[in-house]
Amino acid sequence: MALDRSDVEKIAHLARLQIDEQEIPQYTENLSSILDLVNQMQAVDTSDIEPMANSHDAVQRLRADEVTEQNNREKLQSIAPAAEAGLFQVPKVIE
Amino acid sequence: MEWEAVIGLEIHAQLSTNSKIFSGASTAFGAEPNTQACAVDLALPGTLPVFNEEALRSAVKFGLAIDAEIGRKSVFDRKNYFYPDLPKGYQTSQLFYPIVGVGHVDITMDDGTTKRVGVTRAHLEEDAGKSLHDEFPGMTGIDLNRAGTPLLEIVSEPDIRSAKEAVAYVRKIHAIVTSLGICDGNMAEGSFRCDCNVSIRPKGQEEFGTRTETKNINSFRFIERAIEGEIERQIDLLEDGGRVVQETRLYDANKNETRSMRSKEEANDYRYFPCPDLLPIIIDDDYIDVIRNDLPELPDARKARFMDDYGLSDYDAMVLSGERNLAQYFETVAKASDDAKLAANWVMGELSKMLNQNDTEIVNSPVSADQLGGMLVRIKDDTISGKIAKQVFEVMWHEGGTADQIIEAKGLKQVTDTGAIEGIVDEVIAKADKQVEQYKAAEPEKRGKMLGFFMGQVMKATGGKANPGAVNGILKKKLDALCD
Repeated sequence: MALDRSDVEKIAHLARLQIDEQEIPQYTENLSSILDLVNQMQAVDTSDIEPMANSHDAVQRLRADEVTEQNNREKLQSIAPAAEAGLFQVPKVIE
Repeated sequence: MEWEAVIGLEIHAQLSTNSKIFSGASTAFGAEPNTQACAVDLALPGTLPVFNEEALRSAVKFGLAIDAEIGRKSVFDRKNYFYPDLPKGYQTSQLFYPIVGVGHVDITMDDGTTKRVGVTRAHLEEDAGKSLHDEFPGMTGIDLNRAGTPLLEIVSEPDIRSAKEAVAYVRKIHAIVTSLGICDGNMAEGSFRCDCNVSIRPKGQEEFGTRTETKNINSFRFIERAIEGEIERQIDLLEDGGRVVQETRLYDANKNETRSMRSKEEANDYRYFPCPDLLPIIIDDDYIDVIRNDLPELPDARKARFMDDYGLSDYDAMVLSGERNLAQYFETVAKASDDAKLAANWVMGELSKMLNQNDTEIVNSPVSADQLGGMLVRIKDDTISGKIAKQVFEVMWHEGGTADQIIEAKGLKQVTDTGAIEGIVDEVIAKADKQVEQYKAAEPEKRGKMLGFFMGQVMKATGGKANPGAVNGILKKKLDALCD
């Protein structure tokens, strides 16, 4: 299955990746070959196999509903690029 | 052309857990920004989610309450999108294997008809943080206290055909989650919010029209208005030869209209996949049975009980049984006063009116159920009339106190002493020659109506405190004596 240029641009946009114009043909080819591999696996008959949600054959452990975390705002915000009035600051996202 | 609306609702009910769905941070409302956001909620590298058992139990309770299939195996998926209040870059949700499968609720309309509305599914997910756009020039402030709060998203089938049905459905779900105690149902604080999918089609057509989604409506009244407005807008569009665009809209309560939100780019390309950080949740019949045996009384059962035990009408029972807090309040008043019908009238009448006017939830009512019950006892034993009771209630609401204290302090005790009433009646009759003549001249069967004037005068003279039954009897006796 062959992806085209616009597919790659769309995927890059969805992942918020900035990609070099010149590298697009390379990405297109590499990603297409991944899909080819998936296609090859599609040939295997899996109708008797239960879908797997996780590669570990285990069950989710549950946590008691207790508050165990204290307020660490100061520490956590000291590593943020910007914070003011207790809020993390990011470039404006709405005009 | 006759149009038909097709409505499906997505309700987000915030689960009343102490801690978040995947971390041990508190979920308490109203804390200082980011004081309840830990490393997991902030998606710092190296952190891993651990699932909260109470969130699971809450979801199973809901599933049992709507007679749904419970997912013996459910799986968390990642819904991917970028927004600053979603630090991980994905929302952990459930797409392919939700915890609650197909179920249903029955809604009752004002005219007494009932209708079954299907619930497609209900799944667990985490809430995002909050973005504050207006406080800092050129910047957006992010508060992640809400990030990771457990939500149950309840998705209805497109079975709903009008704004009124939609509201009845939302009220029913609200009643169920609050009765179960899994959600506080506080719409103003965003604990219970609703997205409305609305489309229209010519009546009789199978195929659905293009739908719009109106997001995050947070009151019953707004749900009704937003849907009504959206149906009207779509009809106008189509009848003017336009077409409906599939989009997300926002309801503006001030203008009472919906408007288009800036369309999220690639909105539907969420690229869901199973979350590798969380394992499948497996539950067995024993787990479900323990929860089933422990379910509290649900609104439908409570309604039937109110009709049987208290002799309430279908409508009264429906109104009073819906909300757990309202139901508890009513039952306390009914027991304290030993008169369910009187209790129902006061809770649905005067009390509800005051709560609405003051925008107050019943749990915060300044008049407690015991206070109200105590006052109804005084109506029943003729200490006060129903009319005076309204005054007592007003004082109770604003100043507090028991009915007995207020009646005593304000001198509102009803005059039942026949001698005292007779004296006042005599005075009133003596001063009303003209009306007495008219009374005498009237046909005997029309005289009953004419008592009203005299009643009014006696009540005025006694400040409304005379026992109306006694006054009526004495007036009639004395006036009729004059006619002989």
